[in-house]
Amino acid sequence: MTIKSLKARKDDLSSPKNQLKFLSNGIFQNGGLPTFKDKISQTGNFPLKPKKLEILQLNLGYMCNQVCSHCHVDAGPDRKEIMTRETMEQCLEVIKNTGAHTLDLTGGAPEMNPNFRWFVEEASKAGIKDFIVRSNLTIILANKKYHDLPEFFKKHNVHVVSSLPFYKREKTDKQRGSGVFDKSIKALQMLNSVGYAQEGTGLKLDLVYNPSGAFLPTDQQAMEHDFKVALKEDFNIDFDNLFAITNLPISRFLEYLIASENYEDYMYALVDAYNPAAVENVMCTNTISISWDGWLYDCDFNQMLELKVDSKVQHISAYNEDLLNDRNIIISQHCYGCTAGAGSSCQGSVA
Amino acid sequence: MSKNYYDPADLRKFGEITEWSEELGNKFFDYYGKVFEEGALSAREKSLIALAVSHVVKCPYCIDAYTKDGLQRGITKEEMMEAVHAGAAIESGATLVHGVQMMNKYKKLSM
Repeated sequence: MTIKSLKARKDDLSSPKNQLKFLSNGIFQNGGLPTFKDKISQTGNFPLKPKKLEILQLNLGYMCNQVCSHCHVDAGPDRKEIMTRETMEQCLEVIKNTGAHTLDLTGGAPEMNPNFRWFVEEASKAGIKDFIVRSNLTIILANKKYHDLPEFFKKHNVHVVSSLPFYKREKTDKQRGSGVFDKSIKALQMLNSVGYAQEGTGLKLDLVYNPSGAFLPTDQQAMEHDFKVALKEDFNIDFDNLFAITNLPISRFLEYLIASENYEDYMYALVDAYNPAAVENVMCTNTISISWDGWLYDCDFNQMLELKVDSKVQHISAYNEDLLNDRNIIISQHCYGCTAGAGSSCQGSVA
Repeated sequence: MSKNYYDPADLRKFGEITEWSEELGNKFFDYYGKVFEEGALSAREKSLIALAVSHVVKCPYCIDAYTKDGLQRGITKEEMMEAVHAGAAIESGATLVHGVQMMNKYKKLSM
């Protein structure tokens, strides 16, 4: 269990430039594996272009109450980068006029942003069809001031998407920290008790599964079935859908892959599982990711690698959806994580 | 050429056997793929059987492959170890049941 972010440890990999360099050297330089650009060129997908914008994803900050060993954000209590109210106001203007049907708030723990509740209240007035908050669950129990979050989410008809790496204690705690499983279970029960994932309420609760190690997720439907049976039997918990998400080889997960000598095998597995059908629907083609300081990215991963959109418009203050939709999407070898097998996105499988 | 008989990196070259005998190689991989599809047994159950057999035939490549496959399917380490014991029990049982042959021979030869 990592107790500090890469940034706080001043690790070489805390620099996105070093991560990108690592991902372009070695097996991708000596001909062992094709670069992502070469691979998608073979199927006529280069340059990768956006389709219709469907999702605006806002990262409200990298501060988090947890320090998960696989975190691609390198989030943690020691990260102080959080979205200001001024940037939120700029986001609200964009939300009011966007063609996107989904608003997706993430972090860190987005709930830790001091303006989180104000922002949710304002954003929920904009008439967005699907309003997602990605909650790590434990935040609900982390402090008294968060205990009423389930009620708050319900009040604003928020679609809660929560991480639960596994339906058993051991694997969850290994990835996310000791005690995380029990707190997550308690938080899920609280969400169920206010009506989440209960028939007739319309309150949606989805779970995110990501592998706790150097392997890829298997069939999302099979996994969802196992999760549903186990959580119902053991804890009487209901949820709607399970999203199986592949861990991308960046940030703390990249650190783990290298330290455990799994990096090469993992990259081979990703490349072997390359699926052109997943490229067609990869999430950067329908998403814009906005960072805590208002910069625009093709996805949350490119945000963490500091790869801003390749467009005249790069900041929320100059947001222009038509101009942005004409951009080329920036790619590197980490993109193989979204095109392996059934594909992977913040909404789960794509192919 | 490697000085070791087994190299973990050889597993991902498995498909290359087709290059020297395309028809047989393809037939084998088609068959292999079909065997592990969902059927009367679930793919999950077949993965555990494959793990047990991997140990019995002592194939390091297969052990690597089906440990990873099990992890991907959410199979727990307790389930995996029980599968290995099931394989080991049959293997040791196969040895021990020959003890009856030994006993028969002993009795036949003894006055």
